Amino acid sequence: MSIHTATKTTSTGEPGLTLETEVLVIGGGPAGTWAAWSAAQQGAKVILVDKGYCGTSGATAAAGTTVWYVADPDDREAELHQRELKGGYLSDRGWMERVLDQTRINLHRLADWGYPFSRDATGAPYLPSLHQGPEYMRLMRKQVKKAGVTILDHSPALELLLDSEGRVAGANGVSRQLGRRWTIRAGAVILASGGCAFLSKTLGCNVLTGDGYLMAAEAGAHLSGMEFSNVYGLSPAFATVTKGAYYRYATFTTEDGSVVEPGDRRTIARILVKQQPVYARIDKASPEEQQWMRTIQHNFFLPFERLGLDPFTQRFPVTLRLEGTVRGSGGLRVIDQTCATSVPGLYAAGDAASRELICGGASGGGSPNAAWASASGCWSGAAAATFARQLGAGIHHRSLQPAGQTALRVGNQNPINPAEMIQAVQDEVLPYDRNLFRTEQGLSASLERLHTLWDYLRHQTVASFDRAVQAREVAAMVATARWMYATALERKESRGMHQHEDYPDLDDNYQYRLLSGGLDRVWVQPEQAVSNREFVKL
Amino acid sequence: MIELVSESRCIACNLCVSVCPTNVFDPVPDAAPQIARQSDCQTCYLCEVYCPVDALFVAPYADQSIEVDEATLVQTGLMGSYRQHLGWGKGRTPAAQREESAKFFNYEP
Ligand SMILES: Cc1cc2nc3c(=O)[nH]c(=O)nc-3n(C[C@H](O)[C@H](O)[C@H](O)COP(=O)(O)OP(=O)(O)OC[C@H]3O[C@@H](n4cnc5c(N)ncnc54)[C@H](O)[C@@H]3O)c2cc1C
Ligand code: SF4
Ligand code: SF4
Repeated sequence: MSIHTATKTTSTGEPGLTLETEVLVIGGGPAGTWAAWSAAQQGAKVILVDKGYCGTSGATAAAGTTVWYVADPDDREAELHQRELKGGYLSDRGWMERVLDQTRINLHRLADWGYPFSRDATGAPYLPSLHQGPEYMRLMRKQVKKAGVTILDHSPALELLLDSEGRVAGANGVSRQLGRRWTIRAGAVILASGGCAFLSKTLGCNVLTGDGYLMAAEAGAHLSGMEFSNVYGLSPAFATVTKGAYYRYATFTTEDGSVVEPGDRRTIARILVKQQPVYARIDKASPEEQQWMRTIQHNFFLPFERLGLDPFTQRFPVTLRLEGTVRGSGGLRVIDQTCATSVPGLYAAGDAASRELICGGASGGGSPNAAWASASGCWSGAAAATFARQLGAGIHHRSLQPAGQTALRVGNQNPINPAEMIQAVQDEVLPYDRNLFRTEQGLSASLERLHTLWDYLRHQTVASFDRAVQAREVAAMVATARWMYATALERKESRGMHQHEDYPDLDDNYQYRLLSGGLDRVWVQPEQAVSNREFVKL
Repeated sequence: MIELVSESRCIACNLCVSVCPTNVFDPVPDAAPQIARQSDCQTCYLCEVYCPVDALFVAPYADQSIEVDEATLVQTGLMGSYRQHLGWGKGRTPAAQREESAKFFNYEP
């Protein structure tokens, strides 16, 4: 490693590792790996840290994805129009076009790097399928290493570091398998830590607890579109596999066999919420289609194979698992084409960033998320490298302050009980009658309790810095839930995935994005109000 | 959830310890890793994919642990089945290459 390493004693008295780099990438899913690769392409020194293992961790590695791709330029207009409609016109044409363009370039890169794409009828690689998530992410890890990036696995970031001018200049975290903390001083930081699925056990997502949102908000960054955070994925009731595409071929029935019509998620949830079971059988696929399906989403079939159940002929109970912002569209607000946040030195990519720019209020279904992850990764990586370079020789001579505030104070008074807190936040966000069927009364009551939970957390301690990981996850989930519901309360209409029982129609007066932020005091504002203020300051 | 590390198959390479995203395993010197934090398992099946000798078994249940019998799992071909489907391991063709995606997604070039 070309960076200087030293063992030093930290404020908590535990020995730690200190590293210096130009670009620090937090998260090693598609967004983080594309970002790290792209920064390294610019000649920057790059360190990537992941909470889990870069290659298996995160939503893509476990789930696999279709990628947003329009092969025929003549089809583009229709595709963009359809997506705008679905997302409630909160997207931006320019961003949609550039994500499609960048994604096409990246898919060709993957083909060059050896991703074994299947072929279409002409023998050309069929690019929009990255369904073999483990294959894709193993390749990305290899590519990132080849580019000279240093990877620290099992090393979650806990908080960001700020210099005296308020620029983000690194992070603190722990290497949990080594039981030591780390400090990385960096010229710029990219948050690619994914979304927040509230430990609902939706496929591959238990590492995704909104950590990046919390860290960024502590540094002063804004979020956008947090009301669009209530996607629920269909899965067998007993299993974790929320792969939804094949349910297009399903018939859903209730206990007595009557058919659920229409077989959409909301109708299913209306039955589940009454504690009554819903069953599915994938009985509308022809034998030929069944055979094709078996070659694509292997993970879809795993739970059935292991129980000796044939999903094409036998019915099985289903459930809906919250995916939160993972297949939602809310996240950190990016302020320009480089995916910079409003805090200098801090960038956001993938699910850590809001995807409203390309899909408005509805990202689940279709495949803009995977496209966004790779495109935003590329742009943020290049920009972070440039930002770091511009700091010149002084890059590592700045005095740094940690930005973390909650659930990091070491002590043995009032230690956090994570299991209790996880349950408390899940009670507010998982139930369909709170988060899917939103009402003013339900949202307000939940938000009140979440605020109380936050105030309580603020005064709790953790036994030691390396035990803080779970406590910080709890804090991040509580913070995320508060931004979600505070924003949902401000959107008194139904748009995209935010369907409001009290205001079931789309209202043209709400044709704008909603920004949010704040920790002890949560705020929500129309985007225009915030950007006008920023404009005045310039 | 992860239910089995086969002592007879495991070669103690500790790959599963490294790749498990939620840090479920602990290494044991010169022996098979231990399932140290089973309740942290997110049932993603990825440890199985990396195990070079098909020594792991993840049951499909998200929230409950069940008894499994290694001999039955071996007999029914379930040990290492995901790895096989993915086409990982010597002499196998990657699943990506064998996909019928263009046909299924109705793609006309
Ligand atoms: C079941 C399912 C199916 C999906 N299907 C599709 C699809 O067909 N098409 C599509 O476009 N999208 C799909 N998605 C969404 C897609 O998977 C995500 O948009 C994509 O994975 C986002 O990439 P990412 O790199 O931002 O996040 P992730 O892939 O989730 O990776 C985030 C990484 O950050 C790490 N991390 C988290 N916290 C920290 C921390 N504190 N410190 C360090 N590292 C941290 C995690 O360990 C993880 O490795 C699907 C999602 C699910 C759950
Ligand atoms: S990956 Fe397989 S062989 Fe290696 S330690 Fe784990 S169980 Fe044993
Ligand atoms: S199934 Fe996933 S979470 Fe569970 S032990 Fe294996 S790799 Fe870890």
